[in-house]
Amino acid sequence: MPRINSPAELEELRKGILSNRDPNKPCITLCSGTACHASGSKEVAASIEEEIKKQGLSGKVDFRKTGCHGFCERGPIVVIHPEKICYLQIKPEDVPEIISQTIKGKKVVERLLYTDPSTNEKIVHEFEIPFYKNQERLVFGSNGEIDPTSINDYLALGGYSALAKALSEMTPEQVLEEVKKSNLRGRGGGGFPAGRKWEECRNAPGEIKYVIVNADEGDPGAYMDRSLLEGNPHSVLEGLIIGAYAIGSHEGYIYVRQEYPFAVENVGIAIQQAKEHGFLGENILGSGFDFTVKVHRGAGAFVSGESSALMTAIEGRVGEPRPKYIHTAIKGVWDRPSCLNNVETWATVPLIINKGADWFAQLGTEGSKGTKIFSLVGKVNNTGLVEVPMGITLRDIIYKVGGGIPGDKKFKAVQTGGPSGGCIPEEKLDMKVDFDELAKAGSMMGSGGMIVMDEDTCMVDLARYFLDFLSDESCGKCVPCREGIRQMLKILTNITKGKGKEGDIELLEELSEVTRDASLCALGRTAANPVLSTIRYFRDEYEAHIKERRCPAYVCKELISYYIDPEKCKACMICLRQCPAGAISGGKNQIHVINQDKCTKCGTCFEVCPPRFGAVKKISGEPVPPPIPEEARMIARESKEK
Amino acid sequence: MKEGKEVKAAATPNGKIDQIIDKYQGDSSALIQVLLEIQSENHWLPKEALEKVSEKLEVPLNQIQHVATFYKAFSLVPRGRHEIQVCMGTACHIRGAPRVLDAVQDLLGIHPGETDLDLKFSLNTVNCLGCCALGPVMVVDGKYHGKITPTEAEKVLKDYD
Repeated sequence: MPRINSPAELEELRKGILSNRDPNKPCITLCSGTACHASGSKEVAASIEEEIKKQGLSGKVDFRKTGCHGFCERGPIVVIHPEKICYLQIKPEDVPEIISQTIKGKKVVERLLYTDPSTNEKIVHEFEIPFYKNQERLVFGSNGEIDPTSINDYLALGGYSALAKALSEMTPEQVLEEVKKSNLRGRGGGGFPAGRKWEECRNAPGEIKYVIVNADEGDPGAYMDRSLLEGNPHSVLEGLIIGAYAIGSHEGYIYVRQEYPFAVENVGIAIQQAKEHGFLGENILGSGFDFTVKVHRGAGAFVSGESSALMTAIEGRVGEPRPKYIHTAIKGVWDRPSCLNNVETWATVPLIINKGADWFAQLGTEGSKGTKIFSLVGKVNNTGLVEVPMGITLRDIIYKVGGGIPGDKKFKAVQTGGPSGGCIPEEKLDMKVDFDELAKAGSMMGSGGMIVMDEDTCMVDLARYFLDFLSDESCGKCVPCREGIRQMLKILTNITKGKGKEGDIELLEELSEVTRDASLCALGRTAANPVLSTIRYFRDEYEAHIKERRCPAYVCKELISYYIDPEKCKACMICLRQCPAGAISGGKNQIHVINQDKCTKCGTCFEVCPPRFGAVKKISGEPVPPPIPEEARMIARESKEK
Repeated sequence: MKEGKEVKAAATPNGKIDQIIDKYQGDSSALIQVLLEIQSENHWLPKEALEKVSEKLEVPLNQIQHVATFYKAFSLVPRGRHEIQVCMGTACHIRGAPRVLDAVQDLLGIHPGETDLDLKFSLNTVNCLGCCALGPVMVVDGKYHGKITPTEAEKVLKDYD
């Protein structure tokens, strides 16, 4: 591949690529993101390749393994272009039919389509499925169109045109002004205006400056950064190069978790391709601007995603945070000015340069512009990645895009912002989602995790879960974080074990305050959010645990018992056979009884009892009824004897 | 992992480790990257390897020890033949991951971070695998088992030897 030396040559190349592509030629795209991989897309891919050959279609149909389409609940996803027919949950054995019916016969295979649960109608096109229809996929949309390992796919969609525009038509100051004007705020958690950070770094003294992509996505339940980096790595690279130009940096780092092997691989390929094309290296597109980038793999530490910790890790040392009396934009990696932004933030930059700050700023709310990708997970029907404009209500995200709560359960709360965020209850569902509103509700945007919880989630246990996570991940450097979290965790663990005391809630509040005020980095400063927000909205649950020794959601093991309702037990022997503790007595035609002393509360009996019987019950806060006497356990099966 | 087993046998011939270190000769900032490569090649970090890294990259051994114990990716003891990861991310947590983990622990008699005495299984928890749609998730040697129940998890593990 010859180097591209000017914007004109880039356009020439793009024309060449597009003229070789027939928009009417059938193309099968298959989602090959991590989640679809886990549900078998690799096997489906092999089957598609084989079937194309078998049915004599080699060369007549294109096949593309794309990044994540977002609708992970229904993966693996196959979309047939140009019609955009969308097939869900595809198995290798479905492939021959897809090829012979849809590709050859131009007929839709009904049974593989999405069925709208409310109308029972089959939906043919991807963009008509409610999950997609209610989104605004600006940053994430190309993911389903391109093969992440093909720079030509990215170029065909207009890739690197923003870079060409910035380098040839704009001065670094103009690029900076544009980003400032767009009011783009950091998508990684804090929501700090990106333009202001860039400016601070640009104006900081020093010849050598760094730009950094933070892809150390550690929030459990959030995976949008991975999907972007895996599915569209060039968009992140392009944003980074534009940022470097504006800031005056010539060296960049992409810090990505080693737990994301596909992302590491695809970014590596993208960097190599960008080098070959001359988008990286010396004299980029003939502009005289030089820029190189290195990948740094993180070795698995949540706190290393904090900006100063991440920079310490890049230096090859233990990724612990350091005091930030001076911003990292002024003194970062090796004490040099360093501008760090999150994956999604960088990927948004090319859009702003191409379409202009005014276009970007008309989306969203007063204080938060543009769109945001959320990872909508937990007890929700349509699990997946969703991109929506800022200012959309939580209700719209969860019900319109997410399709509501599965199994007729009742919505309880949604947790946003990862371990540093908080829980938002039902009465706030009509709240508009943006940086400031979420903060007002005691939570935060964070990187965009959105975990939906139903009535079966215990809020005290959830707070305990987050504190357990944070105590494990706290680096231990500063006392308020290390000890504060540990003490809060101790109290919460006691409460969930039924050992809570009067005054525990107040003590938790007090500890929260100190941890928040005195910790060194954001991990400690926000650690109390899960505790405070659950106390704020679900104080009654805490009180039930402490005063009545009762877990209203029937989650906390020490506070619940399993009991077989003798009226409902049909003596089917299923639970009796499966109980790992041998705690169930009974027999054929003999009502089963749980020996409470032996029971380990593993819940197996509850899980395996056929729903039509529903005989196993959870009890909390009240004594277990005494077992029925032996002589009354016999079931007379009259109906069968007749 | 209890002491006393023959552990050296599992280590890769030193040649491989040397090659990795040589690539980064003298570049102390590459420490984490070097350790990651050795870990992925060898599945654990033997003391001899750390000493060699210290010498070649000119980084004090105590600093290497600090890095190697700080990050989750590194193991200072040999790992089992099969790696089990149980996802404990929030989405998996509320869908019942703790019960899956309990079942696995009971079956194998080891806790997260440990390896059984036969070096058959190593058990680990992870914070999020990013396939929340499949939660709760258990991964064995890179194979994903989604929407898994405690009973199914036990069944899956019984098939390994």
